[in-house]
Amino acid sequence: MLLIYCPYCEEERSELEFRNAGDAHIARPTNIAEISDEEFEAYFFLRDNPKGVIFERWRHIHGCGRFFNAARDTVSDRFVTTYKAGEPKPDLDAEPKTSAQVETYEALEGAAQ
Amino acid sequence: MADQATAIRNAPLAGLRGGSPAAILTPAAPASRISLRAAPDAVAALSAALGVTLPTRPKTSASSGKRHALWLGPDEWLVIDEDGKDLMAAAASSGVMHSAVDISHRNTAVIVSGPGAEVAVNSGCPQDLSLAIFPVGACSRTILGKAEIVLFRTAEDTFRVECWRSFSPFVFGLLSEGAEDAGH
Repeated sequence: MLLIYCPYCEEERSELEFRNAGDAHIARPTNIAEISDEEFEAYFFLRDNPKGVIFERWRHIHGCGRFFNAARDTVSDRFVTTYKAGEPKPDLDAEPKTSAQVETYEALEGAAQ
Repeated sequence: MADQATAIRNAPLAGLRGGSPAAILTPAAPASRISLRAAPDAVAALSAALGVTLPTRPKTSASSGKRHALWLGPDEWLVIDEDGKDLMAAAASSGVMHSAVDISHRNTAVIVSGPGAEVAVNSGCPQDLSLAIFPVGACSRTILGKAEIVLFRTAEDTFRVECWRSFSPFVFGLLSEGAEDAGH
């Protein structure tokens, strides 16, 4: 089971309590009535779908109910970090926030002989 | 003339008993409840009006007699009065901006008690319920199988499982299965 750190509950909770809510940091144009159809399409429909780290909105729907943002690796499904809604995009290269430890069989059980 | 029909109020789960020797299930007595939302600057006045200090830390609750305030979110609480007192009037008397919705009849509760209570609830709930992580007085909105619940630990071996009335047969059934398993 995937554990996701909720920045409002300040705790790791099961993925069952969460719901994905699309890409994060998409700013709505302030002049929405004036932009062209192509510009509106780019804002409203077009998403990057990268292979690697993606910034997403998540909602702790069966918990505190709050929306927050998360940086997730789309290949490994690992959550790099989570932060409250409204906070700026964190610099992922600067600080490895979550524990880099990977639970391997060797680390937990010792050499299997 | 036709006889006057009288509406009978049926309590959800009325008369049901269940569980196992390890975890006994009892439908909770009717209580009054409000869903309360307020900004941080209104918390003090609301606490005074309700007679119970609204907790501001995640997963914590506060009780005063039979009245409990459960933290659900940064600006959201579930207030339960087991004596059925009028919580709406109490909240309104605070005189500060807030939103209170009477959910006394939307919610019902199942009391799970016994040495296997933790195991019974964990049969459908993914949270860590060990005493160190989920101590007495801890509460959280979470999930039990497919139903959303509010879990409140009232004693080391007792949980109050608040759920929506329409989900209560499902919640009671799933907890019964869990209680059976808790005995093994």
